[in-house]
Amino acid sequence: MSSDEQEQDETDRAPIPSAHQQPVTVTTGKHVSRRRFLGAAASGVGLAAVGSVSGVLISRSARSAAAPARTATGSAATGSSATHQWAMVIDLRNCNGCKLCTTACERYHYLHQDQTWIHVFTMQSASGEQYFMPRPCMMCEDPPCVPVCPVSANFRTDEGLVLVTQQRCVGTRICMNACPYQARYFNWSAPVPAPRQPFPQEPAWPVPQVEGTVGKCVFCAAMLPSGRIPECASYCPMGVIYMGDLESDVAVNGIGNSVTLSKFLTENTAVRFKTTFGTHPRVWYITGHGQTLDTDKEVA
Amino acid sequence: MSSHVESLGSAQRAWDPRILEPVEELTDAEEPPPAIEMIRSAAMRPVLFRPKWFWPAVGVLSALLALGFAAWVVQLRTGLGSAGYSDQAFWAIYEANLVTFIGVSYGGAVVSAILRITKTTWRAPLTRIAEATALVTLPIGMLFIIPHLGSSWKLWELIWPPYWNLSSPILWDFFAVSTYLLATCVFFYLPLVADLAIGAERLAQAASSPGRRLLYRAYRLLAGRYDGSLSQRRLLAGAIGLVAIMVIPMAVSVHSVLSFAFASSSRPGYLETIFPVYFVVAALYSGVALVVVVVAAARRLFHLEAFIERRHLVRLGFIMVALGAAYLYLTFTEYLVDSYSNTTGNAAWVYQTILGRYWMPFWFYFVAGGVVPILVFMFRRTRTATGVVTAATLVLAAMWVKRLVIVIPPATEPLVRSPFGPTGALGLGWGTYHFTWVSISITVAMAAAIPLLLLIVFRLVPILPVAEMEELAAAAERATTPTATAAAGPVARLHAGNGAPVGATDHAEVPWGDGDA
Ligand code: SF4
Ligand code: SF4
Repeated sequence: MSSDEQEQDETDRAPIPSAHQQPVTVTTGKHVSRRRFLGAAASGVGLAAVGSVSGVLISRSARSAAAPARTATGSAATGSSATHQWAMVIDLRNCNGCKLCTTACERYHYLHQDQTWIHVFTMQSASGEQYFMPRPCMMCEDPPCVPVCPVSANFRTDEGLVLVTQQRCVGTRICMNACPYQARYFNWSAPVPAPRQPFPQEPAWPVPQVEGTVGKCVFCAAMLPSGRIPECASYCPMGVIYMGDLESDVAVNGIGNSVTLSKFLTENTAVRFKTTFGTHPRVWYITGHGQTLDTDKEVA
Repeated sequence: MSSHVESLGSAQRAWDPRILEPVEELTDAEEPPPAIEMIRSAAMRPVLFRPKWFWPAVGVLSALLALGFAAWVVQLRTGLGSAGYSDQAFWAIYEANLVTFIGVSYGGAVVSAILRITKTTWRAPLTRIAEATALVTLPIGMLFIIPHLGSSWKLWELIWPPYWNLSSPILWDFFAVSTYLLATCVFFYLPLVADLAIGAERLAQAASSPGRRLLYRAYRLLAGRYDGSLSQRRLLAGAIGLVAIMVIPMAVSVHSVLSFAFASSSRPGYLETIFPVYFVVAALYSGVALVVVVVAAARRLFHLEAFIERRHLVRLGFIMVALGAAYLYLTFTEYLVDSYSNTTGNAAWVYQTILGRYWMPFWFYFVAGGVVPILVFMFRRTRTATGVVTAATLVLAAMWVKRLVIVIPPATEPLVRSPFGPTGALGLGWGTYHFTWVSISITVAMAAAIPLLLLIVFRLVPILPVAEMEELAAAAERATTPTATAAAGPVARLHAGNGAPVGATDHAEVPWGDGDA
């Protein structure tokens, strides 16, 4: 939050989520999302009568219509009646690489040790300094993992969560191919046995995991409605991980800090990871080590 | 019986392995076509007489198949991890096998469909073998979907519509391959109709056993009411021509769509616009190589030397090498262009493939599948049947390895890495695919299934397309009558072509010998 950090170029600015006056997630008018491109293409290609392709494009744009659109008129115009739009902020300045987030997540979801749904990467900054970067699922607004699934096992909720129906997943792993963040983990062997759960296994509560299917970070979707923050956030001793809601514009971490989400992101020039892929992640990073996180192309 | 033995004797005399003429001198259009009787008995011989080695061969191949089945059961019980997969090698051997095995079925499409459409008459004795190879390899390739899926017991979700997501390339694969399988079956069956009618006669003459009687009934059933009348032959020829034309775009679509499953991602090494062409050419290349090997083996094992000569192999070899050169060119293009894009992902992928951790398989492909076949064909001394078969065997191995090189490096590449780390070394490292006995056994079993099923097919149906060869022989005879041979020019050819009862025999002056002479 130091002033020199705020003096960055406008183009490097974080998108400012503010539920009521500002867009939920800012995009310029000229921004061509994958969704819009496919939607536009669908109308054109339909004429060309390329049967399967147009079918695909139409189904893709229809699916996208259900998701909250990034409009310039705020959440009221998203067409979504959802009361929450979940987001996460990860403050890289404070992460010490203890990986307590990873172990908490694995314990909670009964995962194998290598199923690091939130993986803490050891990275190097421009100045040669080492830093740590936890990576959950980015809950992409335009998730490349969803359209490639042959049996529609991946879907995006109207609260902005990308989830997997493991009972349906056939295990083609084409979504692992599609995800640019390597956020998906397969159950290559029998899952860790879990005691009987109070809820049935479902996309928001994928416990126990299902052998031969894909699993990934779900933002602890089952806890969110009751106002609890995800396990990684509660267990992080450094308060690195904030769980936020773009609708109510609040974010909370595990050590009791609560911030105004839009202000927090703007003041700290938060960035998103690999924006060149057009995925529009719902996870923001606050850097402090000169990282670019591949955000150079982002126009906010 | 005795005439049969005689014809066999002359068949063996017709080919002398000590003669090593260069290909140009191998044209022997003036040689009289083998008698119709000889064609019929040679075609039905594998059906009527069981070779001594048949059961031992079936036994060995079935044992391999059983081993693969056992491995598959182990994989079902312990999970896909037992096949060597991990999150950082999520696609590897089964995906490469899927592409390879479906790819080798393309030989049938080339030899049978393309050469049929282009009215290349020398293909005639090879067509049944090529079509059978396609018929057998395609379902085997499709079967790789089962070990590939993490939850293969949910396969029905791909077959049955309720959950279909039409935007998924995997589903397109499924549609394309199923359609192609149907077309391949039809394409195998249509030219078979006339032969089954002919074969039924033979079976009726032969000594009767319960098995033969059953086969006879099957022949009669499948031959329908075919009696060889002109109208029937016309209709059949028209249908075959139509299917031959349809099979080609279908074959192209299958491998294009198969490549989309890889290319429709942002992964360096998969996101390649060259992929559809690259996959189709690779499939044609390896497919012709397999036809060369199968034809050479069938010629030896079933004593077809009188019909399938060395020049057939050499000519197939020329097609193979042309496709191989095209594939080499595409490979060069792909890596060259990508090596210019100096983004971390692409640069690392190209480096690791060519010089880094995957250099050995890559250069194996380059030498065995790229350079050696061309060298073999460059010199007259090596451009022999043995040379061609050796080259084709190498190509088959090299193209399997090449598919591994296409599939594995991008799947093991780390995507999250430090933008400033030394050559992106920090972050996640490269993943590794470990071959395990499970995945190798399943692969070997599926490979063993090809000769096994081919042996069974050749013991059930005439190995030579009798009707087609007879027609060409008849046309050739007409063409060699004094009036027709008076002029070898185009008019005479046209005349001979018109004289032939059914189309597809325009180059009628030679039978399955030398259409392009
Ligand atoms: S628990 Fe917190 S400090 Fe530890 S690795 Fe995870 S995010 Fe970093
Ligand atoms: S980060 Fe990966 S798994 Fe998560 S929504 Fe985006 S593409 Fe899908």
